[in-house]
Parts: sequence; structure tokens; C-alpha cells
Amino acid sequence: MENLRFLVVEDSPTMRQLISFSLKRFKGCKIVEAVDGVDALKKLQSEEVDMILTDINMPVMDGLKLVTLVKQNPKFRDIPIVIITTEGAQEDRDRGLSLGAEAYISKPIQSSGLIKVITDILEKRK
Amino acid sequence: MADDNDIFKKSEEFNQLINKQKAFLEELVKENEKLRYQVAQLKSQPHNNGLFREEIEVLRKRVESLELEKEELIQRYQQVEEENKDFAKRYVEIEEQNNNLANLYVASYQLHSTLDFQEVLHIVMEIVINLIGADTFSIMLLDEKSNELVVLASEGYDENTKFPNVRFGEGIIGQVAKSGEPYYINQATKSYPVDFEHPLACIPLKIKENVLGVININKLLVQKDAFTAVDYELFSMLAGHAATAIFSSKLYSQSERKLSTIQSFLDLLTTSQNQG
Repeated sequence: MENLRFLVVEDSPTMRQLISFSLKRFKGCKIVEAVDGVDALKKLQSEEVDMILTDINMPVMDGLKLVTLVKQNPKFRDIPIVIITTEGAQEDRDRGLSLGAEAYISKPIQSSGLIKVITDILEKRK
Repeated sequence: MADDNDIFKKSEEFNQLINKQKAFLEELVKENEKLRYQVAQLKSQPHNNGLFREEIEVLRKRVESLELEKEELIQRYQQVEEENKDFAKRYVEIEEQNNNLANLYVASYQLHSTLDFQEVLHIVMEIVINLIGADTFSIMLLDEKSNELVVLASEGYDENTKFPNVRFGEGIIGQVAKSGEPYYINQATKSYPVDFEHPLACIPLKIKENVLGVININKLLVQKDAFTAVDYELFSMLAGHAATAIFSSKLYSQSERKLSTIQSFLDLLTTSQNQG
């Protein structure tokens, strides 16, 4: 898997850096960063991406709203979404997945676990 | 005449008998030859048996060497199998180390990315939430004048929670600040009640032997059962790097304030001189 394009949506610079750092295991990947849902939708208008990785709790527009809007938009709805959040309760997980996210990862994340989830999603789509 | 005929007949019959006997003898001779040949062959058998035995011996040795080779291959296979298991285990360990290093690198990078005191505090909180997985925690700094630890930032507590100042050396928190040694509870953390003065973990923030403050963790995120190996690495890193970052940013703020005061004073002097 090479030259993948990821959109990382996170308000925390620490998490943005950690996720981006982990994604660099994919050779030649391009990472676009957004600080909230609105910023992510703006970035989607100008950047083509293969996957969106989003937090839930963010200012302006949260991750669940972002997932809903992306999955409603015919232009973007095929982009797989991975939710990465501190919200680890089962009902939060069910909600995120019911909105159309492909995977739900609870923080704190393990770099190798994140890579495996992404690889599995992209493999299934081949 | 009749007798002549009889004699002729009898001589014919005798001739035929003789011929038959001759043929029989010839057959016997042939058979004899065959048997002689077989006897000769049989006589030469001991020599053939010797050759055969040699061949058997060679084959037996080959079988033995193949058996040995097979044993060696089985042993080698078992060794490779063991090595394989070892490599798999090592791979998992390296993956874990890689995860740890990624977390430590990012945490350290972020901590030293700013000289703004509030930003540093915010980054410490982000690390504790996102990388350690703490739900309820507080950051306390030592007030050198009062010799008390004061809460500067907190997350996850009830709105009504009051944070008493903690005297240096008193209780778990005060003792951690005094000794500079971290405090952990390794038992099942989910059932542990949230009690500000009885944290799950208390990590001193120190530069060399000077403790600046502590991080108290009272509750972990719902999906996190207990502290992991990487958490202790992060605690260790936080103890040093967060302390340095907090200290540097405080010094920077103080120097900025002093610079601003001096600048104002100089401006005032310049204005007075110009007016005078």
C-alpha cells in the first residue's frame, strides 16, 4: 500500500502528530490535517483522500457530525472513516459505527494497532 | 518274399526306434548341457553373493547417512521453528518499543514546542488524556513560599470538587513531592474510588532532585483497565520533560514580564528626558 492520502481530523496537536507519525509507515503517504469537522469539510473540497481519521470531541463541529455529513454526501460517502476517540463506552462505539464509520478506536492508541485497522479496511476494499 | 518284407518292416521299425533313441539321447545331452550351465552358474554364485553383499553394504551405509541427515534436518527444522517463535516474539516486542518510542517522541516534541506556560500545561494535560488514557487527574505545582502544592489544572472531576492545597511531605501527594519517587496503585483500577488525596498514580515533576510539582491521576478512561508498560515510560518521561518545559516557560514568562517592566521604565525615562 503506497501513496495513500489521509485526512487526520484532531483538535489536539499531540494526537495529530502521533497519528501522522504512525501513518508514515505507509510508504509515500500524504497527510492532510484538520482541527475540527468544519476544517475537515473544507479540506475535502480541495484534497482527494483515501481515508479519514477523526476524533469525536472537537470544537466547532464534532466528529460524529462530520461522519454524518461525509456519509450523506455522494461525492465523499465512499471514503472510509476511522474514529479515534477517548469515548470508549459501547454505546459510543455503536453510535459511531451506525453512522457509517468503518472502524472505531479508543484512545490511547497503539501505533501498530492503528496501522492494522487501516490496512484491514483498505485490503477489504481492494 | 513275405519274410523279406517282414524283415524290411522290422528293420524300418528298428531304424525308427534307433532314431527315436538318438533324438532322446540328443535331448538328454542338451538337457545335460543346460544343467551343467546352471551348475556352473550356481558354482559361480558365491562370487555374485559377495558383490551383492557389497552393494547391500553400500546401500546400508547410504541409508544410515540419510537417516543421520534426516535427524539433522529434523533438528534444524526444530531449531528454525524455535527461531521463528523467537523472531515472532521479538517482532511483538519491537512493535511495542516502536509504539512506546512514537508516544515518547511525540510527547517530548510537544512539550518543548512552546515557551508559553499555559500552553505547556495544556500539552501536559493532552499527554495525560490521550497517551496515558486518564479520565480524572490534576496537575499541582509547588508554591515555594508556602511550601504547599497547589492545583493549577484539572480534568474530569465533579464541578463541586474542592482541591485543598497539600503541604509538602504530607499524605501521598506530599510524600511524592518530598521523596521525588512516583506512587502507583497496580490493583484493578476501575473499582478504585475517585478521591483527590488518594490517587491511582502520583508522578513527581522534577529537574534533577528538585521537585516542581506532581501529576495526580484519580481515574482512567472507561476502556482502560490498568496502567501498561508504556505508561510507566511516559510517567518517567513526564517527570523530567514536563518539569523542564514548565520551568522554562515560567522563567520565560518572568523574563518577559521583567523585560516589559524595564522597557516601560526606559520609555518613561526617555519621555522625561525629552520633556526636561
